[in-house]
Amino acid sequence: MAYSEKVMDHFAHPRNVGEIPDADGVGEVGNSRCGDIMKMYLKIDGDTITDVKFKTFGCGAAIATSSMATELVKGKSIENALQLTNKAVMEALDGLPPVKVHCSVLAEEAIKAALSDYYQRKGIDPTLIIGAPSGEHEEPVCGGE
Amino acid sequence: MMKIYADNAATTALSPAVLEEMMPYLTTVYGNPSSLYETGAIAKEAVETARAKIAALIGAKNASEVYFTSGGSESDNWAIKGVARALKKRGKTHIITSKFEHHAVLHTVHALKKEGFTVTYVDVYENGIVHPEDIEKAITDETALVSIMYANNEIGTVQPIAEIGKICRARGVLFHTDAVQAMGNVPINVEEQNIDLLSMTAHKLHGPKGCGALYIRKGVRPAVLIDGGAQERGMRAGTENVAGIVGFAKALELAIEGMPYRTEHVTKMRNRLIDQLLTIERSRLNGDRERRLPGNLNMCFEGIEGESLLLMLDMNGISSSSGSACTSGSLDPSHVLLAIGLPHEIAHGSMRLSFSDDITEEEIDYIAEKVKYVVDYLRNMSPLWEHIKEQEKEGQ
Ligand SMILES: Cc1ncc(COP(=O)(O)O)c(C=O)c1O
Ligand code: FES
Repeated sequence: MAYSEKVMDHFAHPRNVGEIPDADGVGEVGNSRCGDIMKMYLKIDGDTITDVKFKTFGCGAAIATSSMATELVKGKSIENALQLTNKAVMEALDGLPPVKVHCSVLAEEAIKAALSDYYQRKGIDPTLIIGAPSGEHEEPVCGGE
Repeated sequence: MMKIYADNAATTALSPAVLEEMMPYLTTVYGNPSSLYETGAIAKEAVETARAKIAALIGAKNASEVYFTSGGSESDNWAIKGVARALKKRGKTHIITSKFEHHAVLHTVHALKKEGFTVTYVDVYENGIVHPEDIEKAITDETALVSIMYANNEIGTVQPIAEIGKICRARGVLFHTDAVQAMGNVPINVEEQNIDLLSMTAHKLHGPKGCGALYIRKGVRPAVLIDGGAQERGMRAGTENVAGIVGFAKALELAIEGMPYRTEHVTKMRNRLIDQLLTIERSRLNGDRERRLPGNLNMCFEGIEGESLLLMLDMNGISSSSGSACTSGSLDPSHVLLAIGLPHEIAHGSMRLSFSDDITEEEIDYIAEKVKYVVDYLRNMSPLWEHIKEQEKEGQ
């Protein structure tokens, strides 16, 4: 398996696994048919993401990218987190095999979905800030049979 | 930490006895079997002795019915493309195979579709076993070939080969079987079982990689796939892999000698593990429990994904395999697990373990402990498992 050492490290020792019972925003993306679901929990204070936790059903890369994504947004501002791209997650992991790129896309989407939920709870239309909810309008990558 | 290689369906360790048999042909006896001087003649004799040995071990009438190839994939390609192309002229443009063949068969058949052949894929049902009557029904006047694997490489189920052979013979249709996984595990006799073409490979039975054979019944004439020199009676060009061929014959001989022990011991070990792992909630065994290869175990655990299971087992010293999307580099789960009717989300959480003769009770118990731990660990971080549990509660 062509995973980098960083990927294997985050897979073997995922950071920020778990749930936040009183989270300010929760987002879930992916679909079980494709073999991947990511769920992100955010705790937000003012403009800062003070805590983040994740749960993932998916391959090694899915777990590693979730873990890395949580590290990249923890303690950062919302604005910062909104700029997180799958590319940044991949780079932070020293790259992913080509077939695993979609796993990092999922990580980006999971963060955005959680932020979207945060805005919704505050009565703010998230589409103005984040854009249309991703995932739903796209064909699942695995396509199925 | 224990180190356990449990992926013998992928490939096996070369047996020391096989290596010893091969050594002279990797060192001093380097002559080309087609050459007339002494070292060539010795190599030629070694190839012919191996051929006769393999022919006898599969119940073939003549040594000349065994043709050496580079392995299972080439044998499958040759058998299917060769027969199809040879019979096309006579209006035979239909092929029957199953939904869960190895890709060496499925992709070959797919290539033939583009050449105008039609294909019937028979069902393998929930237990992973072909119904011979489905084949009987599918045969038409245009059928050129029936190709059904002897034993499946993922779920290990053994097919009713003798019955299928009988039907094909009665209907005058050629019958090919990919016996790559079955060899050395179940008794094979091409005469009694009416097999016309049989694919073999050495590396699944502690022989070397890159060497195999195709049995072709006398009188059956598939088109030649590898053109060139006159080796293999003009049917398959290329200087023989002498050491590989010698090793293959030895490996097959040893595998067949060891069959009673394997059937007894490995089956017992495997069943011990199945019983232990079935105690995990929402787990299932894939493929018929009885009609399967001694060393094969294939299970699914709901709520987790196969690749992460495989990686975690590797970190615990256990080499396994998964029919999951991720490991195969495609994003769909195993076609074999889908063929036996598993939904995608369950098929993603599969694990295949395949054992060889040296597996011990201690190792089995270690694997059971680790699999239980890893499944539990991954479920704890799985939102899908959370959903399953929520649904359970709602259902109550
Ligand atoms: C059922 C089956 N057929 C064919 C093959 C291909 O054999 P080889 O690796 O010798 O080309 C394999 C092994 O992967 C197999 O399991
Ligand atoms: S989660 Fe689908 S391949 Fe990684």
